Amino acid sequence: MRPDAGSMAQAAADVVPALVLAGGAILIVFYALFVRRTLQVWAAALATVTLAASGYAVGVFLGDPPGITFFGTFAADGVNLWATAIILVVTVLTVALSVEWFATDARHGEYYAVLLFSALGAVLLTGAVDLMELVIAMMLASVTAYTMAGYHRRSRSSSEAAIKYFLLGGLANGVMVYGVALLFGLAGSTTFAELEAGLATADPLPLVVGFGMLAMGVAFKLGALPAHQWMPDVAQGAPAPAAAFLLVAGKVGALVVLARLVGVLPETQVGWRPVVALLAAATMTLGNLAALWQDDVRRLLGWSSVSQTGYGLLAVVAVGRSDLAIPALLFFLAAYALGNMAAFGVVVELRGLTDREAYRGLAGPHPWLMGGLTVAFLSFVGIPPLGGFAAKLLLMGAVIDAGYTWLAVLTIVNSAISLFYYARVIGPAYFGERAQPRPVMGRWAGAAVMVAVIGVVAVGVGAQPLAQAWGTLSLLGR
Amino acid sequence: MLTVAVFLPLAAAVVVLLLPKRREAWARPTAIGVSLVPLAIMVVAWFRFRLGAGFQLVEAAPWIPALGITYKLGVDGLSLPLAAMSALLFTISMIFPVDLRGKARQYFAAFLFLEAISLGVFLSLDLILFFVFWDLSLVGMYFLIGIWGHGDAQRSALKFFLYTLVGSLALLLGILGIYLNTADRTFDMVEIIRTNPVPATGLASTLIFVALGLGFAIKTPLVPFHTWLPPAHVDAPAPASTILAGVLLKMGTYGFIRLSLQMMPETFQRFAFPLGVLAVVSILYGALVAMAQTNLKRLIAYTSVNHMGYVILGVAAGGAMIGSESARSLALTGATIEMVAHGLITGALFLISGSILARGETYEIGAFGGLAARSPKLAGFAMLAAFASLGLPGLAGFVAEFQIFAGTLGVYPWLAGIGLLGIVITAALFLRMIQQVFLGELPPRWEGWRDLGWSETLALVPILAFVVIIGVAPAWLVNVIDTLSRNLVGS
Repeated sequence: MRPDAGSMAQAAADVVPALVLAGGAILIVFYALFVRRTLQVWAAALATVTLAASGYAVGVFLGDPPGITFFGTFAADGVNLWATAIILVVTVLTVALSVEWFATDARHGEYYAVLLFSALGAVLLTGAVDLMELVIAMMLASVTAYTMAGYHRRSRSSSEAAIKYFLLGGLANGVMVYGVALLFGLAGSTTFAELEAGLATADPLPLVVGFGMLAMGVAFKLGALPAHQWMPDVAQGAPAPAAAFLLVAGKVGALVVLARLVGVLPETQVGWRPVVALLAAATMTLGNLAALWQDDVRRLLGWSSVSQTGYGLLAVVAVGRSDLAIPALLFFLAAYALGNMAAFGVVVELRGLTDREAYRGLAGPHPWLMGGLTVAFLSFVGIPPLGGFAAKLLLMGAVIDAGYTWLAVLTIVNSAISLFYYARVIGPAYFGERAQPRPVMGRWAGAAVMVAVIGVVAVGVGAQPLAQAWGTLSLLGR
Repeated sequence: MLTVAVFLPLAAAVVVLLLPKRREAWARPTAIGVSLVPLAIMVVAWFRFRLGAGFQLVEAAPWIPALGITYKLGVDGLSLPLAAMSALLFTISMIFPVDLRGKARQYFAAFLFLEAISLGVFLSLDLILFFVFWDLSLVGMYFLIGIWGHGDAQRSALKFFLYTLVGSLALLLGILGIYLNTADRTFDMVEIIRTNPVPATGLASTLIFVALGLGFAIKTPLVPFHTWLPPAHVDAPAPASTILAGVLLKMGTYGFIRLSLQMMPETFQRFAFPLGVLAVVSILYGALVAMAQTNLKRLIAYTSVNHMGYVILGVAAGGAMIGSESARSLALTGATIEMVAHGLITGALFLISGSILARGETYEIGAFGGLAARSPKLAGFAMLAAFASLGLPGLAGFVAEFQIFAGTLGVYPWLAGIGLLGIVITAALFLRMIQQVFLGELPPRWEGWRDLGWSETLALVPILAFVVIIGVAPAWLVNVIDTLSRNLVGS
């Protein structure tokens, strides 16, 4: 705890990035309520200003010494700030992708409020070091997520995705709350620091059950086995810009909180590392195998996102055992987030085009878009010098360092498999007969694609400042 | 200087790609002109190369110091000949005419990109930089085969990409293994070669060696990891085949020497004999399967498997613990010369097969006959290249294979003896191929057969000139390569 962390004013000052998001979201709710329909689109500008302000606060806080704040519930450390920065970038890109997509929607304005609340939930997750805070953040992120997935209320597929998402999420979150109750009962506290002390002597059986139930909720947000099924549904059915956001933001928050959470467990009694390793292995393999023969590009992206979760879990496996784990975690999140925004951005710019056959020959009329899609996919495979390569290099280095070489081997097998389905989209786009140009969304979506693609390249080629900043970070609350 | 050789083609690739449509005709001359620069730089590097010294003309800059990654280029007795040969082959393949399918800018951009990448692989002195270039070579070749290939090009391109990606990911694991063993976490190849950080024995060294070996064996390719090669070659456009065989395959054999042998010499000794056996299998299998082919390009592709077997046999003998130092040094020098010789010879053979396809629209050997009467130049070049490939004295292939077998005899006499059978078989198959395609009756359908055009001639003459020069007076090449072998073997 910081010296004066007990005062409310100091506590609030320590979470300014999150407060700005909350304030902006509330402002947009009122704005959307009172202005007429033609002005609704300016809610996007308000959201962008809010995100920029929050980002500025993150920038100011980066130099500060890390500490636990907000009455022992929130870790204001480097990992939290950088993960917040990633979420903010993703949200800005989502705003850019949404402007034209939702232009005809009567409730255009409110969408941005929901988006900001969802981003807030993810941001709170990245700093959660208290089970109650974790539950609140998880709920905030989930409830807004269902709304976003079902935002096209006249579209069958959008409603279907939202309902499936909601049912699975309700189950997972319910189980999670039971788990939290069990752990609270065992340790007599909800903060991670006191949990760690309290659980050291706890009976392993209820501990494992309670933690397993809690992990169920985290797995849902992550899109990891066994709560992964919503990812392909949402990717396929939800409004494409919302899907892009939902696949990424929750994952950023959940992966960071999982990395903090496992530190709570007494490793001598509960061998969580092999369990996370198995979960990673199963998640990446299932995601890849399911994506293999997909002819729906959005669904393919959803399954590939599941497999990416599996790769991300490698960082959790190595956390505390390899000093490469934290940089690996952040490199993975940055590369995956930007790559996914780029790939979904291309889908959005092509007005949601999702039939694989429809991409045949599109490299002729749309060289920039197909180039962007290619870069995103190659980054997912891990081709250097793209961001995905830096991420996989560090992830594999970290797990080898932590004694899990087999997991690195499985990762390369999976990377090779993943090339197959990415090539099923890219190959025809370049090798097929030149197709007719497709109608595109507009300037904002196109710009978002370009920014994301440049980001994917920059994270790999310009890795030095990031590696420098992330090399010395450690996770608080464990 | 070396940086220019790598990044000028890369920059030019972007420029060529972005040329306006009405300037499409500029793509070819621009690309050829730009590709002369790396070639000139290699010539200058050759003259400035000091015999006997280690890595030279080094250019370094920090890249990602937080992870021990440096931008570092340089040459030694191994990389200089390979980079120079690559630069030559790229210029030649861009001169060679090909059906561009209305995508001239993209085609020449892809070639310039691949040239930058290939030179980067040979010149890199940092493992990550090396791997970046290595992996990008797959991407470049994937698009070259897929867009400008014929037959079932998409499938062949994907097979090539998938197969070699597995290899390169295994290689990445091996590189990570080496990295995690270095004392101060560095990817610097010079430093790793100097200190050999991986312990000589134990599970870790075996795993790392096998991971590296798998990566290189797929790329080389060694039997049984060769199955991606024939379809890729058959369906690729002729100049792409030339680059694939001449340059990309050499990356595998280069890796065997640079990483497996130089970075973990003691582990290499443990595996030298099995590797030699694998090489002999490749020699015989490649030769026998080539013998059974009726498709000209497939035949040449399989002789590549056979020739890469010679290279690996030489490397295995060079890295073994037994035998005299001079024998091992001889084998290693021979292996490196074979890389250069095979690049030139097979490069020429693939270009020639491209000329035949352009005229006859088939690779089936049985469809031809008596072409020498209609196209003396084509027949002459083909015979010269084929004789060089089967190891006729006075040509480049002989110099290489003589040294490989002379050296291997002093280390693994049995392997050398069995491997020699490969030369007999290739001699037979090339003679039969020449007889069937160029001699005998001319089928009436080829009455209008044209001889080589000026750009085809212009492309083939320099390569074959080097084949003869290396065959007759190899000292200038051998001296440079000996710099490597002596340093490595320690004689």
